[in-house]
Amino acid sequence: MSYQKSYEEINERIRKGEAVVVTAEEVIDIVEEKGYAKAAREIDVVTTGTFGPMCSSGAFINFGHANPRIKMKKVWLNGVEAYTGIAAVDAYIGAGQLPESDPENKVYPGRFTYGGGHVIQDLVAGKEIRLEAIAYGTDCYPNRKLETIITLDDVNEAFMFNPRNAYQNYNCAVNLGDRPLYTYMGILRPKLGNAAYSTSGQLSPLLNDPHYKTIGIGTRIFLGGGIGYVAWNGTQHHPNVLREENGVPKTPAGTLSVIGDLKQMDPNWLVGLSYAGYGATMAIGIGIPIPILDEEILHYTAVKDEDIYCPIVDFFEGYPYKKDIDLGFANFKELKSGKITINGKQVVTTPQSSYPRARKIAATLKEWITAGKFEISQPVQMLPGADSNIDFKSIPDRHPANGIIFNSGMGGKK
Amino acid sequence: MKNRIVLYFSAAQSEQPIIYQLVKEYDLIVNILKANINPQKEGLMVMELTGEKDNYDSGIKYLSSLGVTCEPLSETVMWNETLCIQCGACASFCPTEALAMERESMEVSFDNSKCVVCGMCLECCPTRAIKLHFDIREAV
Repeated sequence: MSYQKSYEEINERIRKGEAVVVTAEEVIDIVEEKGYAKAAREIDVVTTGTFGPMCSSGAFINFGHANPRIKMKKVWLNGVEAYTGIAAVDAYIGAGQLPESDPENKVYPGRFTYGGGHVIQDLVAGKEIRLEAIAYGTDCYPNRKLETIITLDDVNEAFMFNPRNAYQNYNCAVNLGDRPLYTYMGILRPKLGNAAYSTSGQLSPLLNDPHYKTIGIGTRIFLGGGIGYVAWNGTQHHPNVLREENGVPKTPAGTLSVIGDLKQMDPNWLVGLSYAGYGATMAIGIGIPIPILDEEILHYTAVKDEDIYCPIVDFFEGYPYKKDIDLGFANFKELKSGKITINGKQVVTTPQSSYPRARKIAATLKEWITAGKFEISQPVQMLPGADSNIDFKSIPDRHPANGIIFNSGMGGKK
Repeated sequence: MKNRIVLYFSAAQSEQPIIYQLVKEYDLIVNILKANINPQKEGLMVMELTGEKDNYDSGIKYLSSLGVTCEPLSETVMWNETLCIQCGACASFCPTEALAMERESMEVSFDNSKCVVCGMCLECCPTRAIKLHFDIREAV
């Protein structure tokens, strides 16, 4: 632990084009060959990557004003509603939003071919988007109805702001029931017909920095093919969970909220997705550089698939109805081999996140840093860690009929 | 022998239990991949037909004698590599490893010659990069 490097020293090396940057896959072989002490001196940055469905994503857009001006009450992009309960021509388009005309699950399983994630991808691809808005009209904003065509170039600001991305570990989903399930983990065949898993394992950002020692508020990242930043911990950030000796959580744990300018992103790394029977969402590409400040941090980044475990969860009853059904854990080496064993049965594994894409993100970030185009940043504040005592809360089961007063501004107490 | 074929029925023919006959009288294995047959309407059926050559030929002759048009299935599943994000979900649903994942690179590939057009991959692809393309003419 004696040898230490500072953010500034690493950036100095990046600026001089001397930085030694390796991916979270490459680092595994390097430490095996050279040992931790030597490798920690040599390596400046380890790059990570993940590319998978991240529903809690979206973008703020300021459309600029029409003439006459409008205070949007409702606004739609290609028929998909964006939230405009903020200033006149500001809106937030969420990845999971569906067009009003979508048949949803009326004919089960629904197909969900287009949603907010697809709108964002189309915007970033420079495509023309149909913009419609309605308003009630005010003295300052008299316009009541607007219909036009826009592209990303036409709007003032468009920045992605995702409340929860890059989940640190995730459940492996199975189906103990007797009918197929259509879930956010994809199609789950009955009677343990397959096991769906997500995250990129040994390449995944937060699995390489399990105690959030370098990833914090302000960390500069690869986001959607461009540059973004960690804005806050993500929603459902729940760091104080069961962990392995190596610090890696055995269940879903930390999350990140990230932000970045949509105008410099790339539609290859922001992809609208359709999950049969579930809904629309989008895949987001995220890569985070981890500065090797000392040997301990290098240890974390050398984590291997076989050392990362995730819980196997039943989605027939266990997950939807919060029933405790113990199916054990699976490690990522097994999951990535294509088969795992559950209750003595061989089960085929279905990946949700793209490992080849995660690999490409880590390689791209490595290229940017090596070329001196991307400097690492020291967090302005660290994220709540494993010792933070954060409760994982649920919606309380109370009965409004029994006297909770709404709209009183009194906090709804009995 | 094993072949993937498309059968075209007229309205009258769709009333007959031809699958039963193919199995019982000609000892053929029938795997129906797609069917669109309604009473009193013309229809079509895409199937994989397996059996001894003699039986197979006699079965086809039987279908022709009923006036059912049999044609080889010319096009099947289309995999759009540009839309594919290489997640690999499809490979876990594909029964014949036509869509397969190379475990070292974790990359997906598609071998059309192994595909039996079961359609399992269509629903599970989140980018809808896989499409079924039947080269079917208007029903008779």
